[in-house]
Amino acid sequence: MAILLRCHPGIGPAVTGTALVAKDNFSARYDLDRKAGTFSRPTHQLFRQSYVGRILVLDQAKGGVATAWMLRDMKERGLVPQALVFNRVNPILAQGAAFAGVTLVDRFHRDVTDLIRTDDQLRIDPGAGRVEILNRESS
Amino acid sequence: MRAGAFGEPRRWAIEHQIAVGEFFDAADFVPVAQAHIMADTESLGEAGVHFLEGLAAAPEAERRVRVPTLTDPRGLDVAVYKRLGQSEAMRALEARLIAALQAFGVLMTDTCINYQTIMPPMRGEHLAMGDTGVVIYSNSVFGARSNFEGGPSALAAALTGRTPRYGYHLDECRRATRHFRLAARPRDLSEWGALGGIIGQALGSYWEVPLIEGVEEVPGSDALKHFGTAMASYGSVALFHMPGVTVERDRGSPARTRPGQPCSDVIGRAEIEAFIASYGATGDKVDVVVFAAPQLSLIEMAAVADALTGRQVHAETTLLVATSPEIKHAADRMGLTSRIEAAGGIVAAGICFYQSYAGELAEANGWKRLMTNTAKLVNIIGGYGYRPTLASLERCVDSAVAGRVV
Repeated sequence: MAILLRCHPGIGPAVTGTALVAKDNFSARYDLDRKAGTFSRPTHQLFRQSYVGRILVLDQAKGGVATAWMLRDMKERGLVPQALVFNRVNPILAQGAAFAGVTLVDRFHRDVTDLIRTDDQLRIDPGAGRVEILNRESS
Repeated sequence: MRAGAFGEPRRWAIEHQIAVGEFFDAADFVPVAQAHIMADTESLGEAGVHFLEGLAAAPEAERRVRVPTLTDPRGLDVAVYKRLGQSEAMRALEARLIAALQAFGVLMTDTCINYQTIMPPMRGEHLAMGDTGVVIYSNSVFGARSNFEGGPSALAAALTGRTPRYGYHLDECRRATRHFRLAARPRDLSEWGALGGIIGQALGSYWEVPLIEGVEEVPGSDALKHFGTAMASYGSVALFHMPGVTVERDRGSPARTRPGQPCSDVIGRAEIEAFIASYGATGDKVDVVVFAAPQLSLIEMAAVADALTGRQVHAETTLLVATSPEIKHAADRMGLTSRIEAAGGIVAAGICFYQSYAGELAEANGWKRLMTNTAKLVNIIGGYGYRPTLASLERCVDSAVAGRVV
């Protein structure tokens, strides 16, 4: 049976995809090359890695307000993460996800960057507040 | 409103606000006195501008904002964009965006220092402010109540006249969660920014509220501006308390600490200097010196003009100053702009550098090493490919004249 994680009800459609995990924070303006679809901030743990089509699993949203606009433009250009799974987000990331229709969940019972590993297959149901790790079984 | 009886713009706005409000468990809405829209074209892209144009095409009665609504800086200043290497395509997109915003009845203030220059907030006033520096200053110094409202949400608040009641609209979110004790007084604006950066890094969450003790002399508005913008940038922090300086702590409730919290983190001169040194690059060629982010007050404009008196910016270095349109008019009238430009500097109005296609500016001008007295800017700009250095205004000007970091 897949591992089931519970979280606060989120935003956006249910999706299935592949995780990209880091114990780091996130801002579309501070951290991304939105033309190349990669992390561009040299000090970010995911520096030079592509975020396109991945489920980003990170700690907190950080920084300024630009992400609220940017996610929609990134989605229309096909250079957007498939979903966002965070320990805790700020209003900007929630507003950006709502504006863009990008899947977002947060507020798990434990540190989600410990619970999920890079390349895990995830199924996210934001309405129900559920994230399943499909490639691993609960003990 | 949800059924569309007040038109498509307000239907979209209330649906967006309900989605965000439900995510944060908001019980209801709260009326807002002002909205402030961050909307630079680099962030919006074609998708965002097209979206706004669609709403702006609604009949006037359906699209007019319900509360005074201001704008954060633009993506370019038409008076200087060619000198900075910005393109006609950027200017064309900006013109479309301005036309759309004006159709809503938005006041094009183009500033991130509206609390210094347009209308100071009032204690207890609920707002929908769309710039992190504006939010933290309004919440902390004035005791107003706002969350970070990104562009779409600030526009939604302007159209409905309300915002979901969560976060910093609520007493329980405004209590201090962590104590800091200041053991050294910052000596200039760059050090106030560094202090904000240190605390922001330590907190790292929108939901943390620092209480800073040990501030023995009241800092000026510019000092708290740099302090707050850096804390908001490094930590996504939206409220701080500083006994003897900020309003809520002085009057007791609601700025109390939570049970079981906290012990104080002490920040002294060694921590401030180490923070600044982490961006050090003495001897490197300086490509661009930027005074912006936040936009400069009139006092800061005068300080830059004074520091440049009788000097000339190095031929291979650009010195850029960005302020609000109101302050630019004042600086023009008082001769500050001409003094800065006579020394080889560029004075721009209504932009704030990092919101002005910073990546494309670097490519067009071959810029790598950026020097500034603004901690917020050094935090942001690394992701755009710059190598930033933080220093005092005087060291920045000395470096601009020398063409290298001194």
